[in-house]
Amino acid sequence: MSLDTIRSNARLQIVLGLLIGIAFGFLLQKGGVTEYSVIIGQLLLTDFTVVKVMLSAILVGMIGIHVMKARGLVRLHCKAGSVGATVVGGLIFGAGFAVLGYCPGTAAGAFGSGALDAAVGIAGIVIGAGLFARLFPYLERVILNRGIFPAETVPEMLGVRPAWVVIVVSILIVGVLAMLAGAGF
Amino acid sequence: MFTWLAMAKWSPYIVGAGIGVLVWVSFLLSDRPLGASTAYAKTAGMVELAVSRKKAAAMPYYRMFTPTVDWQWMIVVGIAVGAFLSAWLSGTFSVFVVPPLFAGIFSSDPPLRIVVALIGGILMGIGARWAGGCTSGHGISGTLQLSVASWVAVVCFFVGGILVAGLIFGFPFLPGG
Repeated sequence: MSLDTIRSNARLQIVLGLLIGIAFGFLLQKGGVTEYSVIIGQLLLTDFTVVKVMLSAILVGMIGIHVMKARGLVRLHCKAGSVGATVVGGLIFGAGFAVLGYCPGTAAGAFGSGALDAAVGIAGIVIGAGLFARLFPYLERVILNRGIFPAETVPEMLGVRPAWVVIVVSILIVGVLAMLAGAGF
Repeated sequence: MFTWLAMAKWSPYIVGAGIGVLVWVSFLLSDRPLGASTAYAKTAGMVELAVSRKKAAAMPYYRMFTPTVDWQWMIVVGIAVGAFLSAWLSGTFSVFVVPPLFAGIFSSDPPLRIVVALIGGILMGIGARWAGGCTSGHGISGTLQLSVASWVAVVCFFVGGILVAGLIFGFPFLPGG
């Protein structure tokens, strides 16, 4: 079976989505990031588990995706952003992150590990997404396209080869993780 | 193997590396970034469809994010199943409404936590769709593609989160906070 036949088989993709989701949820729970106290601890800067998980995922994911992209196996899926969409939406998300204490992925994981408040959070996220969809035509006209970023990716923006950015970001990530460990977190 | 699966916690570095590999698999086999918040928009669309098929079909947002059960939607179902398996195998599965940290600081009565979680969820749902992704879609899948929007988004997630968490709980890193 070629990659294209796998990717275009809708039924197979539903099964793959479930399997990848199961593995994702398993990892999130084992990492402790489905816990309210771990997420709040990260936002209070007393527990750096969330940052450690995210930076390790970015490091491994980034190197693999860029190697596969250079070999023509995968293509990137970057979204264009803007000040009006990314910054404003990101800050609203951050506020919700602190109030709920889970994010859209970890809320599902927290629910799976028995946290019923996460189920309420899930309902809230659906309501919020629905409100956004209702407001979307208006927001698109008024704010979402304000201050569109000059490029989709960092290498494009800097005008350098992606490999150099991958190397520099990898060094920075290892440096930050080493500093966190050195500082006793 | 089983003792490993039954461990309550794994190193965050191992967990992160595993998620990185899952993103490889998503790109390779499904030609998609790993994200969670799109599924919530699809679910909202399913609710709108159930209420009024005609009105939902006319909403531009649901033409971009079709309200169907697909790969994206199954990811979130899978996360709940996977987390249950992990918690059950390690014997840490427990049903509760109020997380201990919240109970210790505010109240162990469920109604307060339920209202707070609902408000937080609504803010998060609006914010995730406004920014075009969440901690998975932007925070991991986007940043690792070196997307400008995703790096800006993840900084804003944490700036907003740190500020609001500090307002709620006090800033532990400030003197007297």
